Amino acid sequence: MKIYIPLDSAAKAVGADDVADAILLEANTRGLDIEVIRNGTRGMIWLEPLVEIETESGRVGYGIVDVADVPALLDGKLESLGVVEDLDWMKGQTRLTFQRCGITDPLSLTDYEAHGGLTGLRNAIAMTPAGIVEEVTNSGLRGRGGAGFPTGIKWNTVLGAQADQKYIVCNADEGDSGTFADRMIMEGDPFTLIEGMIIAGLAVEATQGYVYLRSEYPDAIDIMEKAVVLARAAGILGADVLGSGRAFDMEIRVGAGAYVCGEETSLLNSLEGKRGVVRAKPPLPALEGFLGKPTVVNNVISLATVPVVMEKGAAHYADFGLGRSKGTMPIQIAGNVKFGGLYETAFGLPLGDLIDKIAGGTLSGRPVKAVQVGGPLGAYMPRSKFDTPFAYEEFDGQGGLIGHAGVVVFDDSTDMLGMARFAMEFCAVESCGKCTPCRIGAVRGVETIDRIGKGDTDAIELLEDLCETMKDGSLCALGGFTPFPVMSALQNFPDDFATKKEAAE
Amino acid sequence: MSDVQTIEIMQGILARHAKQEGPLLPILHSVQAEYGFIPVDVVQIIADHLNITRAEVHGVISFYHDFRDAPAGKHIIKICRAEACQSVGANALSDRALEKLGVEWGGTTANSSVTIEAVYCLGLCACGPAAMVDGKVVGRVDGAKLDKLLAEAGA
Repeated sequence: MKIYIPLDSAAKAVGADDVADAILLEANTRGLDIEVIRNGTRGMIWLEPLVEIETESGRVGYGIVDVADVPALLDGKLESLGVVEDLDWMKGQTRLTFQRCGITDPLSLTDYEAHGGLTGLRNAIAMTPAGIVEEVTNSGLRGRGGAGFPTGIKWNTVLGAQADQKYIVCNADEGDSGTFADRMIMEGDPFTLIEGMIIAGLAVEATQGYVYLRSEYPDAIDIMEKAVVLARAAGILGADVLGSGRAFDMEIRVGAGAYVCGEETSLLNSLEGKRGVVRAKPPLPALEGFLGKPTVVNNVISLATVPVVMEKGAAHYADFGLGRSKGTMPIQIAGNVKFGGLYETAFGLPLGDLIDKIAGGTLSGRPVKAVQVGGPLGAYMPRSKFDTPFAYEEFDGQGGLIGHAGVVVFDDSTDMLGMARFAMEFCAVESCGKCTPCRIGAVRGVETIDRIGKGDTDAIELLEDLCETMKDGSLCALGGFTPFPVMSALQNFPDDFATKKEAAE
Repeated sequence: MSDVQTIEIMQGILARHAKQEGPLLPILHSVQAEYGFIPVDVVQIIADHLNITRAEVHGVISFYHDFRDAPAGKHIIKICRAEACQSVGANALSDRALEKLGVEWGGTTANSSVTIEAVYCLGLCACGPAAMVDGKVVGRVDGAKLDKLLAEAGA
């Protein structure tokens, strides 16, 4: 009997390791012949630990499983959720990037290949670098890290640059609250990221790659490091990638707890062993990146999506989506929600459907007050904007951004002035210090919001002015985007700023 | 000046990272894994090895939240303060932890058993509030679970 128990951090954080141990112990006592497979997560985090037992009709799920449920589980007496693939949550999705996540053993190359892995790389090997770049360009894939810049265009710049050495750098420093797609894919299907990086290497003629991985994800670091060793041993990485005669190798590099290193130029400085301060652009990293050489800097999900584009073709991928937002987006539903987890679907789903239908509303059962999309630098959207389709341009039109597509839900007990203050405080703590609007603006921002909190209405105009300066004058997105949560809180929830005043008076 | 043992340990660490490009961060991680912090004695050794100034090494150490210049408590507990965890009660949890320990963020209890740190996102946003104890992740943390974690850590 095959039993699947996720090894994903989120599953482990709620007891998956203990459940796995208990199942092995119980099976041993009973003399049962079982095989425990530690898979990635399906993304239904609210059901974790989610245990699956392989049957003739498919993999039957049980969740939330507690250690105390194990005897009943092995007796066949625990109530099941039914076949996991048939659950509404799974059926409603279009899983391209996450096609294998939760299904396979993340560190089994046999599993990986049996589920379509390496097909994209083999197709890429048969193509010219320009051909690969063209395919990725035609897929319409845009940077999944936040800015949404077309991946193919970035690659083309690096391909066109002349240099003795080029690099692929994977930005795995996703530190945005509410986003865990990067972590989930690295823990649940690490070879897809490795494959994507190799394809990128072939496309731009780079032979060395780095994954800059945040230290807050120790489990992801562990799995990625093991996956690199396995890929090298299998001849997927190294001097002769799958016998193609072309070289590509990579290293997992661990960050040191600085949020700003998620910004690509800070990341490059950090990778070089310097303070993670931002660099002014130009020069673009595509021309002068790591150690001054042409460098592709892509987010985890962008690179992890490349194999499926090369496997199924640009047209297949581009067929999904809305307008210029092509393909699918792994949306991460988090915070105060009934059903939190990762939901991959084509662009274009209205925000409200996501919150009310898929996420099931709040966990607390109270009304939804605000939704922050795109991490700590994303805007707070009120219910009145819930008909906004989930896509780059559409969100932009509503004063928001989709960023990494992290969606954090807050109920009506949330104090939006407090959230605005937190955004400024976060910026003050994490500012790299290079530019004045961010370094000093954030500190003054906290003070100004405190003045508003004490009832000083004149300070509102000052806050607006300060946000304008930070937005226009900061070197990178940290200072430049902090005004998004602050101003959206102020504009969409003015009562939270005004009631304070009345209370003070 | 550095003693013989320190020099020996550092030679081992530096040799391990000899082939890396831009190796300062990996070196500092190794030093901290060895000592639990970055001893002031090793700064000059690293600077000499990489042919950079002592100030540059210090600048890097002080820039990153992970590196410490003094030993931490026996256990390091990190509590997520980011928005997703805040939406399900992380602030109350943080207040409770700091009060029980009688320290501020980054502080170590008088008996040196626990150092408490703020962390901004462990990627456990759908099962918050989240914490990490000595590198092990914990989700759905409520008051009772927190008290148990603190007690187990000897606070």
